[in-house]
Amino acid sequence: MATPPNNPPLLEVKNLRVEFPTRRGTLLAVDDVSFDIAPGEVLGVVGESGAGKSLTGNAIIGLLEPPGRIAGGEIRLEGRRIDNLPYEEMRKVRGARIGAIFQDPLTSLNPLYSVGHQLVETIQTHLPLSAAEARTRALDLLKEVGIPGAETRIDHYPHQFSGGMRQRVVIALALCAGPRLIVADEPTTALDVSIQAQIIALLKRLCREHGTAVMLVTHDMGVIAETADRVAVMYAGRIAEIGPVRDVVKHAKHPYTKGLMGSIPSLGVRTERLTQIDGAMPRLTEIPQGCAFNPRCTARGSRCLVERPDLMAAGTTRAACWLHDRGGIGAPVVKETADA
Amino acid sequence: MPDGSGTQFVRIAGLKRYFDVSAPWLVRMIERRPRQIVQAVDGIDIEIAKGETFSLVGESGCGKSTVARLVVGLYPPTAGTIEFDGNDMAGRHSRADMAALRRRMQMIFQDPYASLNPRWRVFDIIAEPIRAFGLSKDKADLQKRVEDLLRQVRLTPADGRKFPHEFSGGQRQRVSIARALASQPEFLVCDEPTSALDVSVQAQILNLMVDLQRRFGLTYLFISHNLAVVYHISTRVGVMYLGRLVEVAPTETLFTRPKHPYTRMLLDTIPDLDMTGRQRSPVAGEVPSPINPPSGCTFHPRCPFANDRCKAERPKALSIEGGTVACHAIEEGRLPVEERTYVANS
Repeated sequence: MATPPNNPPLLEVKNLRVEFPTRRGTLLAVDDVSFDIAPGEVLGVVGESGAGKSLTGNAIIGLLEPPGRIAGGEIRLEGRRIDNLPYEEMRKVRGARIGAIFQDPLTSLNPLYSVGHQLVETIQTHLPLSAAEARTRALDLLKEVGIPGAETRIDHYPHQFSGGMRQRVVIALALCAGPRLIVADEPTTALDVSIQAQIIALLKRLCREHGTAVMLVTHDMGVIAETADRVAVMYAGRIAEIGPVRDVVKHAKHPYTKGLMGSIPSLGVRTERLTQIDGAMPRLTEIPQGCAFNPRCTARGSRCLVERPDLMAAGTTRAACWLHDRGGIGAPVVKETADA
Repeated sequence: MPDGSGTQFVRIAGLKRYFDVSAPWLVRMIERRPRQIVQAVDGIDIEIAKGETFSLVGESGCGKSTVARLVVGLYPPTAGTIEFDGNDMAGRHSRADMAALRRRMQMIFQDPYASLNPRWRVFDIIAEPIRAFGLSKDKADLQKRVEDLLRQVRLTPADGRKFPHEFSGGQRQRVSIARALASQPEFLVCDEPTSALDVSVQAQILNLMVDLQRRFGLTYLFISHNLAVVYHISTRVGVMYLGRLVEVAPTETLFTRPKHPYTRMLLDTIPDLDMTGRQRSPVAGEVPSPINPPSGCTFHPRCPFANDRCKAERPKALSIEGGTVACHAIEEGRLPVEERTYVANS
């Protein structure tokens, strides 16, 4: 997506590759992924397990677990390259400029310290505040994320909070230093449906008020539809389709996105059978030649078997599918220049 | 409640299950702590007709999985009766009669990674119920039955030689289904069978379950927290809250004319995929602990329509529009029935 020069993207990811060296060869878990996030924008990243969505998020916050490593591409935050920063430098970026929210709120909090202690520690690491000032800020944050009785709750330990309240604390922790971007990895997956709705509403409100951009990684299309401005659909380590959320949900262009949308049971129509995509996502060791989706695709052509499509304009979205190329799916194989 | 007309296949009446979660006796004596009892299931009545899919929905901790386990006999009930095709499951049966009853009901569990023995080959996993109930004449017959079962769940006979770890989550759930079908049951209890799966795989499993139901005339008790899945698969739905059934209704009625305030709240939490701009009203509060459930109607602390009666008196199930609702506000006519429409997602 071309960004106007007066509004540079907050985050630029270009041709990101994440690989895992194993005994049986190197596995490419994220393969040539590029996207931007504008300031204040919510980009949803969806995909099934193993699609590489969480790895993309972890690569951005610099928390890839070894032996996983960034094998190529660049990540720029506010124009500054962050994918090759030394550990200590990255530590300062993480927390201060990028906040992180993980799936399980119990494991992202230290059970041995009170939430107030953890908030104050994070605030003082990134902001030049005294202990008293930091505590005041921590209290304000807890109030902001809707923790009732924040004055007493600040001295409580994580186990004294319920799952929903813990996730609120984690959100407060992510907001501590006023980051420009929050990477939220499955923030509502571990929560009950009624709590899920509360957390989504909270996240939306906070980002609007603070102008924070969010990269929302989830497998739940419903959460994306409610929260995101744009959505990237990932399949087997690549982006299959990216575009405004309404267009992707309602008028998907990539056969995978279409199948994915059809397989979600929806209220209103009780069909006898759900649309189903046969088969399963290939393992990283067995990614087929050509388009990775081709063995499961109903619209497969000869070209899909040999040549891998890049993202190309498809109406209002961009899809990695030869259906949207001038040549079509049956076109003779010629190496095309990448779509601008 | 309709009386014994003989059409009800499974009948659950006044079912209760309490769990004692007290600290050990000595600790209780020293620290002067009282006994603590979790009222996981606190008096529910369900009737399931042959061939239908009855779903139980609710948030975690509402007791829906406990009901599933009670029905198949994994827990003995604290009180109440479970009748299966006219036979009281707690009644005195000979070993052979009990085995014959057990054969007719099977269970599918949520986590296909935990419910299959990792050291057994898939063939043996599926053959176990056949062997246990003595359903095959000889080895060749057993072989043939297992191969048929594998084909029915869209796996290949060659998959029988593999171990569970060689399969993906969706394939493992197919193995669980094949194992459940091995004893030719009539009634399947499915405890969140698709919750651990990705959506596209979930669609495959749900379609398979619908196909199998039609083919073998199966009756399902389907447990889920996903309302969209429940809407898709069920004939009737029961909504549970803190161990009690708050509303039971035919699926279409429950979703278009919800009555209990908790049902309405749950429906509000379904993410809006159609982006009609419908405002979700996130409900304040969380499910209280079932150790000390609120008095009267257990939903009253979160209910916007609660009054003094709701705090004091436990509401009775009231028959309405082909279902039942346990709510004082509905009974007193304080709360009008709400019509809901959904836009079909094309």
